[in-house]
Amino acid sequence: MPDVYVLIFAPGGAAARAALEPLGAGRALAEGLGGKLAGVVVGAGAEEVAAEARRRADAVIHVTGDHLRAYEADAFTAAAEHALKGRDAAAVLTLADAVGREVAPRLAARLGGSPLTEVSGAQVEDGRPVFTRPVFGGKAVAKLVGRRAPVVVTVKAGAFEAPAESGAEAPLETIQAPAVEPAVEVLAREAAPAAGVPLDAAPVVVSGGRGVGGPEPFQKELKELAEALGGAVGASLAAVDAGWVPQSYQVGQTGTAVAPTVYIAVGISGASQHLAGISGAKHVVAINKDKDAPIFRVAEVGLVGEWKPIVDALIRAVKAGK
Amino acid sequence: MHVVVCIKHILDPEMPPASFRIAEDGRSPVEAGLPRAIGPFDQNALEVALKLKDARPETTVTVLTAGPAEANEALRKALALNADRAVRVDLERLPGPDSATVAALLAAAIRRLEPAPDLVLVGRQSGDWDQGVVGPVLAEKLGAAIVGLGYAAEPADGGVIITRQVDDGIEKVRPKRAAVVTVTNHESNVLRLPKLKDVVAAHRKPIDVIPAAELGVPLDEPLVEAVSLSIPQREAHCEFLEGEPEEMAAALAERIRRWLSA
Repeated sequence: MPDVYVLIFAPGGAAARAALEPLGAGRALAEGLGGKLAGVVVGAGAEEVAAEARRRADAVIHVTGDHLRAYEADAFTAAAEHALKGRDAAAVLTLADAVGREVAPRLAARLGGSPLTEVSGAQVEDGRPVFTRPVFGGKAVAKLVGRRAPVVVTVKAGAFEAPAESGAEAPLETIQAPAVEPAVEVLAREAAPAAGVPLDAAPVVVSGGRGVGGPEPFQKELKELAEALGGAVGASLAAVDAGWVPQSYQVGQTGTAVAPTVYIAVGISGASQHLAGISGAKHVVAINKDKDAPIFRVAEVGLVGEWKPIVDALIRAVKAGK
Repeated sequence: MHVVVCIKHILDPEMPPASFRIAEDGRSPVEAGLPRAIGPFDQNALEVALKLKDARPETTVTVLTAGPAEANEALRKALALNADRAVRVDLERLPGPDSATVAALLAAAIRRLEPAPDLVLVGRQSGDWDQGVVGPVLAEKLGAAIVGLGYAAEPADGGVIITRQVDDGIEKVRPKRAAVVTVTNHESNVLRLPKLKDVVAAHRKPIDVIPAAELGVPLDEPLVEAVSLSIPQREAHCEFLEGEPEEMAAALAERIRRWLSA
């Protein structure tokens, strides 16, 4: 049977918030291919994650071992390979986060399959899985196929919803992964300063670009507006490259893809790669002094002018309306 | 220390979207006559290598690309910034995103380099097809350690310490053997500008060319193919609010309230 496997990495027993989303893409593919959907949970102490997966997939494999407490590329790649080797997988999906990006292409090489990355669409056409994703900085969308099975695919966060619980509990197989000597020694780890609302889950995102002129507005006006609306602050690539905010703020094809109800772009011209990251937004508002900026081509509402007086007035208007 | 930077000469991502057109095959872009550039993340990778050389001038930096003669332009840019050597795997432009073949070619070319590199830097993704596959597959083929999403490197007693992004912060790591680092953008690794005299001098520096056919990699068995390429249609109707900032803000606030309560 051409089955679909979804890798869920859970170092230290915890998986990323979006780690179950690829099960949604996997379910659609498994139905189209007439195979079953299996979850592969990789990590020591990840029994709860495995239980979550059992309520959504047809079978679950939990790969564990003492060396899988913290993430290490070689160990997690080898564990995934150990779980999948010899199984008849048509497709292997996983979340496109830092772990998935490191592991998936190497796993494809080890399984003799085809690597595909950052997909936002998956369907079966002519009996084979076909994936869509933005390319050329969002100027185009490609439909891609892998020629050798399994396709090993990373799935963009927010592109799919995790399937609802089925009400049943899928069978669980627990296997031990062979120990692997780590190739990389971690010397220090620094947690990112805790943000309020995470970007990819915020109902409102207020983003700043080159046009806001410096780092201060991100800590002041944009933050104040975002907080008044219960949202999060984002930024364009240009603002990140200028060092005004850390990369974790970046919205766009290579940053976070956001899908808020309202997206407010302040001083952002609207490069394709930025627009590729906001295609999930329901309502886009652009504030820019250049009325010809490309951002107005995707905006539903446009405000032309200096950003600061407009944003200051908007903060007052939002607070007054509460 | 020997550092190899893999770069790709891509369609300039800064070109206006209106110049981007799809070729007659329906699955690749029109390339002729359009401006090209070094991939944005490859530029970051090159800057990370140049900073290592700033810190330890005895560091050798080799830039490597796979592409047609036109890609020499990218290598010359790197030479003008003081890269020591440039190598091009001579390869017709591939029609689609066949990153695994490219990674196999680059790996074969790297195995020929003397001395063997301690560090291979590559942009996290190319900036055109953006597969992000070359780095990890290179590590696999070379038997090297992989460090994803690095943005800075510093020399440390014979080895190197990489600072990289992880999902909940940053990490400093030391590879225990030769490593491939996929490089992401950061304020510290925006590519420097060359001096005019170095640009002129770069034209006299040699570029080693290796025919792709010599590397023993099958070139007509792509693992990944584009079935089609399309240009996303975005609805174009923007309603512009008029008036003083206060009036525009009041109208917008009202609309936002409506959207959020819908």
